[in-house]
Amino acid sequence: MPGEEENGRDDMIIDQPQSDFMRINALPDEFNPNYLKLYYGKLFPHADIFRWMSYGTDGKHPGCDQSFFGRREFSFTLDNDIYLRFQSFNSASDMENAIREKCPFKIDIGPVYSVDPAKRHAYAQAGDNVFTPVERELVFDIDMTDYDDVRYCCSGADVCLDCWPLMTIAIKVLDTSLRDDFGFNHILWVFSGRRGVHCWVCDAKARRLNNEQRAAVADYFRVYKGNENSHRKVSLMGQALHPFLARSYTNVLKDFFERKLLSSQQLLSDERYEKILDMIPDEGITSDLRGKWQDNRRSSMAKEDINIFRWDQLKHLLQSGKQKAPGLRRCVEEIVFSYAYPRIDMEVSKHMNHLLKAPFCVHPKTGRVCVPIDPDHCEEFDPTTVPTLSKLLGEINMGLRTAGDNEWDATSLGQSVRYFRSSFLQPLLKSCKEEIESSYIAKKEQSRNSLSW
Amino acid sequence: MEIVRSQSKPSGPAAVPTIPLYRSAPELEVRLEDFELFAIDRLRVLKGISDGLSRGKKPDEMEKLVSELWRANMKHSISSEVTNKDIISHFVLRLVYCRTEELRKWFLSIETTLFRYRFQRETSDVQRELMAEFELPYKAVGNVEYEGLKDKLSQVARSIGQSLPSNAVFYKVPFEEVPDLVATRKVYIQKGHAYVAMNQVVSLVVTQFRSHLSKALVLTNRKWTSMIREKESDRLTPIVEALATSYLGPDYSQPKEFTEISLKDIDQVAKSSFPLCMRHLFEKLREDHHLKHGGRMQLGLFLKGVGLTLDDALVFWKSEFSRKVGTERFDKEYAYGIRHNYGKEGKRVDYTPYSCQKIISSTPGVGDHHGCPYRHFSEENLRAALGKMGVSSRALEDVIDKARNRHYQLACTLTFEAVHNSSCDAGVNHPNQYFSDSQSILKSKGNSVA
Repeated sequence: MPGEEENGRDDMIIDQPQSDFMRINALPDEFNPNYLKLYYGKLFPHADIFRWMSYGTDGKHPGCDQSFFGRREFSFTLDNDIYLRFQSFNSASDMENAIREKCPFKIDIGPVYSVDPAKRHAYAQAGDNVFTPVERELVFDIDMTDYDDVRYCCSGADVCLDCWPLMTIAIKVLDTSLRDDFGFNHILWVFSGRRGVHCWVCDAKARRLNNEQRAAVADYFRVYKGNENSHRKVSLMGQALHPFLARSYTNVLKDFFERKLLSSQQLLSDERYEKILDMIPDEGITSDLRGKWQDNRRSSMAKEDINIFRWDQLKHLLQSGKQKAPGLRRCVEEIVFSYAYPRIDMEVSKHMNHLLKAPFCVHPKTGRVCVPIDPDHCEEFDPTTVPTLSKLLGEINMGLRTAGDNEWDATSLGQSVRYFRSSFLQPLLKSCKEEIESSYIAKKEQSRNSLSW
Repeated sequence: MEIVRSQSKPSGPAAVPTIPLYRSAPELEVRLEDFELFAIDRLRVLKGISDGLSRGKKPDEMEKLVSELWRANMKHSISSEVTNKDIISHFVLRLVYCRTEELRKWFLSIETTLFRYRFQRETSDVQRELMAEFELPYKAVGNVEYEGLKDKLSQVARSIGQSLPSNAVFYKVPFEEVPDLVATRKVYIQKGHAYVAMNQVVSLVVTQFRSHLSKALVLTNRKWTSMIREKESDRLTPIVEALATSYLGPDYSQPKEFTEISLKDIDQVAKSSFPLCMRHLFEKLREDHHLKHGGRMQLGLFLKGVGLTLDDALVFWKSEFSRKVGTERFDKEYAYGIRHNYGKEGKRVDYTPYSCQKIISSTPGVGDHHGCPYRHFSEENLRAALGKMGVSSRALEDVIDKARNRHYQLACTLTFEAVHNSSCDAGVNHPNQYFSDSQSILKSKGNSVA
């Protein structure tokens, strides 16, 4: 049987028997329900999702609330766009069986409610919102289409390595802030499958935030305001920048803008520089720059990218120290923020009952798996090489076996599941266990004290 | 609180702080007449504040407005009764405004605003005392920690146009307690702690006030439904129910027959009678054959209020959207939302069209066209839009001036007056009101669209 090598997906030796084998096993690169059935049967990490969603309550400790998992809402989008809300399950096997049977094109995760969502109608009569969300991760959704006005390489659903750095920036800025400013620790970043990223903040404190507090965090992160109907989209007033914005600028935005975006997006090319000049509220400076650039005057020795060259000229004029007008003081930063600063979808983060796609789903349009992204190495993430459904099933077909009983271990998905477990799930569950135990002890103390005379 | 008839029994002087916190219903006797009169007086104050907010008044104007309203309405001939009037009127209005989610939201929002402005006017001693009343367990930041953070704290102060006083006192508070300060980046936060300046303490206290009142309203509602309403059916209940309806303006949830519009006239009617916000959405819809969610809600509910039937609405939206996304996708992804707005899906709530206040306070983002143009448009774009509406250049300057000074509804009123060549004394508070006023004028001139 050919394919003795462990890593057939790496350097393939194209000789006759090998390529025949690959041709037999290579699946047409599409997404289809049969592939999905196999995926849910062999690859989707049901048990890990269950353990995550249980947050330690599936243990034997007396402090564990056995009803917790069953009060979580899931929703399934089936073939033919049939949408099933308020799905809930009482055990890992219930959930797995439902997924394998219904084979949803998309699985969304909602909040944990006060009662089992399946029983919600019984509580509706009270009229007092007895059926209400009680816990939900703090989530963020960053979608490339929100940047369409500042990227020129693609538009709409497409994404490439020239615009992907915008996502990298978003991950770096938000991850740092969520940890350093807000003190959160258990954060999962996930590729959305096509053109964006999702963030799940799973600390207990985060899960208990109400809508107003979620909106506050989202607003803290918001800088870009307005749309084509209004003018200035980024307005950084004040004598100084808030430390969060200053740090983001110095550590991330400036670097990415100057090192990557300027050239990859050709932001100061002849066709595009007007848009940036529009952001400078000083006729004198803009006509000066326009004059320089229309002439295309520069030293014949200059080898550097024209965008970078022009950017330096622009910075020099704006930051030369002669500029006292308040509108100009922050102009350079405002331009950089406009092009690079993260743009989150406010509505997703603000509401406890918002449903968000589960990690490890497969995106129907691209066939790609929604894999976790390591924020510490997010610069290396490449959305164009994320494993697809067909690739994974091809790998399974190659019949590779491993010691463990997990099929995914030998596939390209193995790396993602292992990362999910070691970097996210294990530390999270450890802290959940500690919390359950300590709150149990605290409750016992309380009841003991209340009995004393 | 005990309600009695006729006798005027003065209650003993109670040791109350300057602003009552309405923690619990007081041990007072109230005359039945006062029950209603006090509530009406307070309602005038609350309504005045609500109006001020929707006219986009700036904080210093609001401060003046609040103290004037309070002074004018909440006095009492017996000076020792002033605080009691305050307390009693608040609790009566709780009964009135606890009964639905919308009423609770409104009452909570206005009472919190009222409390905020009253608190801000107090001396810092009184403020500290009130803070203690709320039992806020926040510690002042010690010297050592302060030294380590001084640079960052100073940076935050400068970013909001202030400077760090030399003897600054800061409180260390979990960020969850000060959402509005976090949202506007007015505090430094580190590892989940917000460092709140003394002058920001208002925010802390107001959040507590709001949270407490919110819970209290839910409890009041429970008590009302289960016990009080029945028990007081021939005494207090009729008064309470009358108070509720007396001050809420028409919400346009039930469109009047004569304003029902048909699809064939909709373009003409949009040109003649839609306010600018809806005109803009309508035109963008015709242009792009699409609107994002915020726009669909704002325009869709407006059209419902104007009299567009559900069937006509489905035809209308479908005729536009199918040109961009196809009829199948429209049926799958958008028809549900339209039926939802008409109360035919989900919770089956018949949603009411948005008032100006709601539209002004929305936050349109990238690709959005909803919101209030007088607030959300740049001056250039606003001029262009008004020009297209046919506003003369003289009137245009007035409108722009009003918009620049954040009097968005007055700007819209002036636009109305310019376009219709007649005055609009009531001012614009609701897009549907603009529409029906416009239609009345046109009808009376014999130019209306049937």
